[in-house]
Amino acid sequence: MTNWVDACAADEIDQEDVVRFDHAGRTFAIYRSPDDEYFATDGLCTHEKIHLADGLVMDDIVECPKHNGRFSYKTGEARGAPVCINLKTYQVKVEGDRVMIGIGA
Amino acid sequence: MSGDTGIIIVGAGECGARAALSLRENGYRQAITLIGDEVHLPYERPPLSKQVLLDEAARPASIVLSDIMLAERAIRHVSGASASAIDTLGKQVILSNGRALSYDKLLLTTGATPRRLPNAPASSRILYLRTIDDALALRSHIRANMHVAVLGGGFIGLEVAASARSRGAKVTVIESQERILKRGVPEPIAETITALHRRNGVIVKCGVAVLGIEADERHVGISLSDGDKVSADVLIVGIGAQPRTELAVQAGIAVDNGIAVNERLETSAADIYAAGDCCSFPHPLYGGRRLRLEAWRNAQDQGILAAANLTGAARSYQAVPYFWSDQYDHTLQIAGLVDEGQLVVRRDLGDGAFILFHLDDEQRLVAASGVGPGNKIAKDIKLSEMLIAKRVIPPIEALAAEANLKSLLPRAA
Repeated sequence: MTNWVDACAADEIDQEDVVRFDHAGRTFAIYRSPDDEYFATDGLCTHEKIHLADGLVMDDIVECPKHNGRFSYKTGEARGAPVCINLKTYQVKVEGDRVMIGIGA
Repeated sequence: MSGDTGIIIVGAGECGARAALSLRENGYRQAITLIGDEVHLPYERPPLSKQVLLDEAARPASIVLSDIMLAERAIRHVSGASASAIDTLGKQVILSNGRALSYDKLLLTTGATPRRLPNAPASSRILYLRTIDDALALRSHIRANMHVAVLGGGFIGLEVAASARSRGAKVTVIESQERILKRGVPEPIAETITALHRRNGVIVKCGVAVLGIEADERHVGISLSDGDKVSADVLIVGIGAQPRTELAVQAGIAVDNGIAVNERLETSAADIYAAGDCCSFPHPLYGGRRLRLEAWRNAQDQGILAAANLTGAARSYQAVPYFWSDQYDHTLQIAGLVDEGQLVVRRDLGDGAFILFHLDDEQRLVAASGVGPGNKIAKDIKLSEMLIAKRVIPPIEALAAEANLKSLLPRAA
């Protein structure tokens, strides 16, 4: 069962950018694409556990701020050294002006 | 995949391991042999001066290539073995045990070795930091109330100082230049880092020469030119590194501040490439200026490019030089070559974080350097790196203000 959690205001995230959301001891990264779609992944890089919300978003890629590992934030796919483990992704929906993420039961 | 012939990589650090991985990712199907003189699996070195020293319980190091990865990719890892010679005509690498391995193509990723302190007495209390074994030896001396003396105010020395101080050790940094980070780091950033260390209780002594060192198996005494004498439990020496070129020299391969390669990472010998800390290469962004970089990112990126070229890609290496250092809660990052700049524009980001943009005489962005808590400067440095790569001449007012650097970046149509 999907547990929908209110993560942030929709306008809190700039286009082609990312913010951090912490919930229940976990950290997530929430993205807004250049065409205003929202996405969510685990918040830490799978290489050295750096917060991806400090990273740079270009098109559909987030780049880790520390060691420049790249992921597709839409699919979680690792896209270049040094990362080789994909990010977990989460469902996202926008209700009114709020971004909700589905993080499981 | 039988026999020895295929690609041999001499040096099993980040660069060599990344090259081996990339060869398989590129579809290379012949034998790959990775020769390393350490007995360990290939691991990343940046944590050695940071997490490994900070945490007694820290895993020894981040492994780049595990046993499973080696097996799955049929990469043969010859560990604890050094290459003593290359027979360029017979296309063989001779190991120190006399065994000869044949290659079709050879990649040298032999790295660098810490510069030794001349005339220092032999002592288990005088240490250098390059390998995981070095780090574990040093870690045993880093505890509350121990006195760690650091010789050299470069990245390694300062990272060790921060880690040791964070664990409660008394720390003294000794630098012969008038300031720390003299090579490649702008003065305002060095001042910030100096203040950060002093705020954390480190004694930073600049402009002092070492007149003499006495050491036994329990302590080290360092006599300085200002009349001071530092008595420490351990002395860590971080006074730079030298490229490991012995193998190339023996083989008659051209050397120029490292194994000299062209923009495709080819050495002067047929079918032999070099990459990472051990090589110097011409950089097209800086007018073909020959560089040798001791940086994790360079090792990684050149390993990947060398792998591509070993399998026929013929690509030029033109990544923007990039360095980072973590000390306490602060990160320092530099993209590009600061000394290519003529004009500096400063951008403040709050919380003491700032970035310096370095422009050449055509006002082209040639470097960006910054320091601040956490990863506050990371996005702007990354964007700067992209602007440098695209040879952008940015409006100065946009650099100084808080304009989004992304808006300055030319995008593909």
